[in-house]
Amino acid sequence: MVRLTIDRRAIEAQPGQTIMQAAQDNGIQIPHLCHEPRLIPTGACRLCQVHVGALDRPPVLACATPVSEGIEVVTESPELAARRKLILELLLSEHRVACTTCDADGECVLQDLAYRYDAREWTYGTFPHSEPVPLNYTSENRAIEYDLEKCVRCGRCVRFCDEVQGACALTFDSRGIGARINTAYGRPLHQSDCELCGGCVRVCPTGAMREKAARGLGRRKDLTRVRTTCTYCGVGCTMELNVNPRLNRIARVTTEPGMGSNDGNLCVKGHFAFDFVNSPERLTKPLIRENGSFREAGWQEAIARASQGLAAARDQYGPEGLAFLSSARCTNEENYLMQKLARMAGKTNNVDQCATTCHAPTVAGLALSLGSGAMTNAIGEIKNVQTLFLIGANPTEAHPIVGLEMKKAMRKGARLIVCDPRDTWMARHAQIHIKHRPGTDNMLVNAMMNHILAANLHDQAFVAERCERFDALCENVKDYTVARAAEVCGVDAELIRRAAEWYAKGAPSAIFYTLGITEHTCGTENVQNLANLAMLCGQIGKESSGINPIRGQNNVQGACDMGAINTVLTGYQKVSDEAVRAKFAKAWGGALPANPGGRVTDFIEKAEAGELKAFYVLGEDPVLSEPNQAKVIESLKKLDFLVVQEIFMTETAKLADVILPATCFAEKDGTFTNTERRVQRVRKAVEPPGEARPDWRILCDMSTAMGYPMNYVGASEIFDEIAALTPSFGGISYERIDKLGLQWPCPTRDHPGTGFLHKGRFTRGKGLMHAIRHRPPAEEPDAAYPFMLSTGRTLYHYNIGNMTRKTASIAQKQNENFVELHRLDAERLGIADGGLARVSTRRGSLVIRAHVGDKVRPGGLWMPFHFVESVTNKLTNDAFDNITRTAEYKCCAARIEDAGAPRA
Amino acid sequence: MQNDSAVESSFDLAPVAEIVASHAPFSEGDIIGALQDVQDRYGYLARPVVDELARLSGLPVAKFYGVATFYAQFHLKPHGKHTVRVCRGTACHVRGSPKIMDAVVRRLGIEDGATTPDRLFSLETVACLGTCFLSPVMLVDSRYFGNLTPDQAVKVLDNMGAKRAGQGTTHQEGTPTCPS
Repeated sequence: MVRLTIDRRAIEAQPGQTIMQAAQDNGIQIPHLCHEPRLIPTGACRLCQVHVGALDRPPVLACATPVSEGIEVVTESPELAARRKLILELLLSEHRVACTTCDADGECVLQDLAYRYDAREWTYGTFPHSEPVPLNYTSENRAIEYDLEKCVRCGRCVRFCDEVQGACALTFDSRGIGARINTAYGRPLHQSDCELCGGCVRVCPTGAMREKAARGLGRRKDLTRVRTTCTYCGVGCTMELNVNPRLNRIARVTTEPGMGSNDGNLCVKGHFAFDFVNSPERLTKPLIRENGSFREAGWQEAIARASQGLAAARDQYGPEGLAFLSSARCTNEENYLMQKLARMAGKTNNVDQCATTCHAPTVAGLALSLGSGAMTNAIGEIKNVQTLFLIGANPTEAHPIVGLEMKKAMRKGARLIVCDPRDTWMARHAQIHIKHRPGTDNMLVNAMMNHILAANLHDQAFVAERCERFDALCENVKDYTVARAAEVCGVDAELIRRAAEWYAKGAPSAIFYTLGITEHTCGTENVQNLANLAMLCGQIGKESSGINPIRGQNNVQGACDMGAINTVLTGYQKVSDEAVRAKFAKAWGGALPANPGGRVTDFIEKAEAGELKAFYVLGEDPVLSEPNQAKVIESLKKLDFLVVQEIFMTETAKLADVILPATCFAEKDGTFTNTERRVQRVRKAVEPPGEARPDWRILCDMSTAMGYPMNYVGASEIFDEIAALTPSFGGISYERIDKLGLQWPCPTRDHPGTGFLHKGRFTRGKGLMHAIRHRPPAEEPDAAYPFMLSTGRTLYHYNIGNMTRKTASIAQKQNENFVELHRLDAERLGIADGGLARVSTRRGSLVIRAHVGDKVRPGGLWMPFHFVESVTNKLTNDAFDNITRTAEYKCCAARIEDAGAPRA
Repeated sequence: MQNDSAVESSFDLAPVAEIVASHAPFSEGDIIGALQDVQDRYGYLARPVVDELARLSGLPVAKFYGVATFYAQFHLKPHGKHTVRVCRGTACHVRGSPKIMDAVVRRLGIEDGATTPDRLFSLETVACLGTCFLSPVMLVDSRYFGNLTPDQAVKVLDNMGAKRAGQGTTHQEGTPTCPS
């Protein structure tokens, strides 16, 4: 610790901190324009000059001067004020002082400092300003506007783009008085390397960088900031919706460093993709199907109709006659109510949510191996990982803020191993990229363990003390030599050996995986095998070391935690456990159903077979998200009764008998649980459109109408009920998570939450090792369908796209489906980059744009699934994981042929 | 801001790979050198060439662009075969450089910073060439022409243009020496 005084206050600082950092840590604000806590200091603006020691010595820059023992810092004096005023007046002489019409009015650092130091814009004359703003790289862009004449050239945006985002789309163009912010060669922003994260806007201290869509929607004094949790992806970024109450509109989104796990960062979806909230396509009234079309109805009639349809199926066909699909997009409270409704009003365990589509194998696999199916480390621990092992994960696109934390680790010297059939950003920046064939993960992981055992690199003490069935593992991996894996996986044997050695020796290493592991017919086995690898090397149960599934949807962790799964109640308490049943029966005032229940993929098959008669879908669109679309539609059409609770007219809703208009995350209170098990607040910011109602209220009305009364005054009361019934949530309350969320398990009121799991002991006691055999995918390339098709996500869209595709600036960046193929295959088949290609599988066929390159392996195809007009799931295979019934989206046999001319 | 795409598509990008290879392993410290090599090879820093440089080096194109626009030595637009730099330093100024500049501007028909339509000459001014003993002085490519009169300056340019017809001219190459 270094002791110093700032403005006569005694301060303790970390060695190596700057005076600026020490001051900010202690709540002392030193004026500045160019400093930003996430960026390397440049000392460009000279406003943070402070006295150190005698007042007559030349001042130093607080942002660039490290603290030293015993110094006396003075941050304000007549001398400093005069210097600051001079700098500000020089800046103002070049600045378009247009505060009256500037969106940044009231949150402009230049404006605040000019007021504070009484700096005038005319002291040094004013530059002539151009009207309208001269054309630049943002003129054609729909997201961001750059106004050179409001720019103070602090360079925050350029440095953020480089040092934090790593996109490096922006640079200083020219120097001296001609310096300006630009993309390379002035390319339009959306055609540059820009990832539209909005970071340049968030760090800009003036009105130079602003969101175009927010123009005129309000200045600081017109806007209310509502702190909430992002509704996209499982990272769960803390953000503030800046709402204009007069317009009932979200004007823009802000966030600050230190506010949550995202530390002031957002991705394109979190910063820009909220036009859907105010979309004219929102459902505003209940709809009832009559004579083949929908008519508007009142709530009373809609609830009566919907509840009667479900109750009729229940009464006539019993627990297997109806099913409930809860939603990972909805809050914990709503998921809790949905499974309670299913079990108590529906009298069935047929309740599921989209985890089956994505991470169900994680929940099942990690529970079998370790006893707890969740990410074992916290997001904040990622930056201290020394060896990052990514397999089947593309964080810079699917979980961009986790990607940023990994970039932090890489800047600190972390080694990166990426196993992925595709050249993702991370793969391109990895020291080791194992570009293996899709569906050969267990071959690869077994061979790594074979090599680790042969080289005696495993953690013998850890295995002996904390694991069981080690012998079975050893016996199993004997057959999986590195040479054999190299051949089957199609990669260099040396890479496998080196990856195994690096992972085993990493200090520490951590595994990160997503759907590249789970969306296979062997998904659960893949997960178990990664758990084997972590246990074998003792790389788990420590800070920054463990096995980390990064969850997909915003609240898929919570939807699982809340028991919207057929086999478990809240906090993974087993439905089959008599003590658990008794506890819930007492609390809920009735017996729990005893039927085994199924998964969403079972529901669809049972509807097809005519066994399932009624289906209640909350905030999901299985017609787009489930594999083999034609079959899904056919199955759902066989239902007697379908209720859909939605914010938009989805493809599934179009098949419904009753549609209940619901609210989105910005219109209701509740909690989401992110991928690191952190329970975070969601807050109402705007009024819902028309007669749309919060989902939890609709669920209460539905349950009551079905004969099981539910009545809550608000989300907080529901949460307290959850906490009372769920040991791992017992210590969490709205009061405690008001500012920052808590990570479960958090059993008691004084428990600080749990950063990383399995410290000293696995949740299930000893870690269970499994002998996992390599099994090929259900469908492999053959003569008729010689390619292997995988599907996945892009940075710009979320899930089925019905939210992200409402934002014009995102549409400008990416607005159509495409297929990636290797240039050798493209040459052979005469398919041009940007031309049209027909992709066919045994289930369907699509004509889409070809992206030719070397991202995928020769023989591989890759497609996103975000586009309703071009449904990738017409092609995917309805073959399922043997344990969790998750579909094999990552592998199916396909054919591709030229289908037309290149883009004009 | 953007060059004619028809011109851009005609670049032979093969030499860029050689330039990148000559700097291996490529780091940010190689940006200036690689840009100089590219400019030597192509005459100026055309967008497709620098895009290729960025792609092959693995560094963001914005980094190259930032450096290229920072230094006066780099040209983003097609540049003349010969670069004429008229010195406007103090010594040259008092010995008549404004008249030299006027004569050159009239002869070439272009302003400071421009290139003749036939792409033979680009005209620049410099604050000081460091050869005040030759003032007023003008640098054409790497040749210094000192103790100039406006007529002599024009003659130098005429001779440069006439060189293609086989006419020679008197000039000093490399390090200037004081004319006796």
